[in-house]
Amino acid sequence: MENLISIFVKSVFIDNMVFAYFLGMCSYLAVSKTVKTSVGLGVAVVFVLTITVPVNYILQNFLLKEGALTWLSPGLADLDLSFLAFIMFIAVIASLVQLVEMIVEKFSPALYSALGIFLPLIAVNCAILGGSLFMVEREYANIGEATVFGFGSGVGFLLAIAGIAAIREKIKYSNVPGPLRGLGITFIITGLMGIAFMSFMGIKL
Amino acid sequence: MKSLRKQIDKIKPHFLEGGKLHIFHSLFDALEVLVFVPDRVTSRGSHIRDGIDLKRVMITVFIALMPALLFGVYNIGLQHFNSIGMEADFWQMFWFGLLKFLPLLIVSYGVGLGIEIIFAQIKGHEVNEGYFVTGLLIPLIVPVDIPLWQLTIAIVFAVIIGKEVFGGTGMNILNPALVARAFLFFSYPAWMSGDLVWVEGMIDGGAVDSFSGATPLALAAAHNIESMPSVMSMVIGTIPGSIGETSFIAIMIGAAILLYTGVGSWKIILSTFAGGFAMALFMNLVAVNPFMELPAHYHLIMGGFAFGAVFMATDPVSGAQTETGKWIYGAMIGILAVLIRVLNPAFPEGMMLAILFMNVFAPLIDHYIVEANIKRRLKRATVK
Repeated sequence: MENLISIFVKSVFIDNMVFAYFLGMCSYLAVSKTVKTSVGLGVAVVFVLTITVPVNYILQNFLLKEGALTWLSPGLADLDLSFLAFIMFIAVIASLVQLVEMIVEKFSPALYSALGIFLPLIAVNCAILGGSLFMVEREYANIGEATVFGFGSGVGFLLAIAGIAAIREKIKYSNVPGPLRGLGITFIITGLMGIAFMSFMGIKL
Repeated sequence: MKSLRKQIDKIKPHFLEGGKLHIFHSLFDALEVLVFVPDRVTSRGSHIRDGIDLKRVMITVFIALMPALLFGVYNIGLQHFNSIGMEADFWQMFWFGLLKFLPLLIVSYGVGLGIEIIFAQIKGHEVNEGYFVTGLLIPLIVPVDIPLWQLTIAIVFAVIIGKEVFGGTGMNILNPALVARAFLFFSYPAWMSGDLVWVEGMIDGGAVDSFSGATPLALAAAHNIESMPSVMSMVIGTIPGSIGETSFIAIMIGAAILLYTGVGSWKIILSTFAGGFAMALFMNLVAVNPFMELPAHYHLIMGGFAFGAVFMATDPVSGAQTETGKWIYGAMIGILAVLIRVLNPAFPEGMMLAILFMNVFAPLIDHYIVEANIKRRLKRATVK
């Protein structure tokens, strides 16, 4: 249990997808104009990450990893399919995003139209694929840990995008120098938020 | 005073539109506003008659900072003479400290106001008093031996990236003084942390062997509890540390001024202290190492906790603006500061980063408080 809490805290704050690895920047920058839509997107990312990471964990450990196929027959022990990882992971992610899209369209058409193209684009959001690849790299011991990691990464992204959306709403009427309006100032805010998030760097859990 | 006014009136035409010195009009404006109340008033619309303006608010904070500043200046001298093992009387210490502190202050105001004036000129607005307090805060939260060029770079970064790109005073999202300190902290860690930088002259190796320049926090982080200074000396402030942060009493006098005049929010100060105290108590319960077992009130009087809670967290621009939000914002600062101190071996002090972190999330807190208010009132309203 302690282990799971530490993985969760780590993935939300210390290894934050946006501020520690700068993943998922495209939707982070594009959909953060209002808090409402950005929270919608953030929740969608949480949902997709929480499902794709454990599914990919199963794929990785029972299909792709070297010797993962021994449960089929002992003769396959030295078969290594991990070169297929990218394709498999992306296929899982894409199909799940389709699912999310259908759910959102059915239950919240307003959010669906607000998110627009960025909802299907979650499929190619690097934070999602990054989640699955980090899961492989960090070699989580069981599927529970992988799920918590996926959920935590999603919450980290949600926190980041909601935070910047609130700031962007606040500075909407600020007298920002012309050339910096829009994306320019957003990049600067992201950098400053990154400084604030550095408070958690170095914590060993 | 009258002759000064006359002088200013005499040279004023040169700086007005068409005058030969018009190019320097922002500089002139800044100087005039510094000495006299500006003679321009709002020409139309509603007029609210009240003495309080940006200048008065800033002056109040300025006065509130004075006890901490004067004690800090004295403490520079005290620590220095202790470190070289020499006897000195009060005025010698104070004079020594003043000679060390003034260059920092001059650089801070010179560079910061210079940039403000340039920006005001380019963007065509008046110079306002926003930098007045920031410029005093920055030298108070750095170690005394900081090289002036590093301070200059940090101030340039903080004023331009932390403030001017957002549109100047009142628009920034992070506290500019803390941005300057964070910049120094991450760019030049050797000059901003460790045991040598807090006492003048020690980094060049000029101290007697028996003297340690370690701050109480560094000692606590090293689990060296027995050599920590007594509670009494931490409250009075005769310990190594950043210039303005050491004396709890001096900071509390400042806090009293801020609270009496209503310039600082008592909700933020109270909830920051409460949050820090509660978190420290919680750490006492877990208590797996000596730092965690430290009595909870230690956390409030050592390091920059009090200084941050009184002068940094209460910044009305970068802090939470809704009343309920202030409670959450302050409590989170206290909790995070203690959490970072105790759990993060990389940083012995967590106050700066805790405030920056909550500055980032203050707009989000406000957003949800406002949303909740709207929802509650909608429920109360009867729609016909």
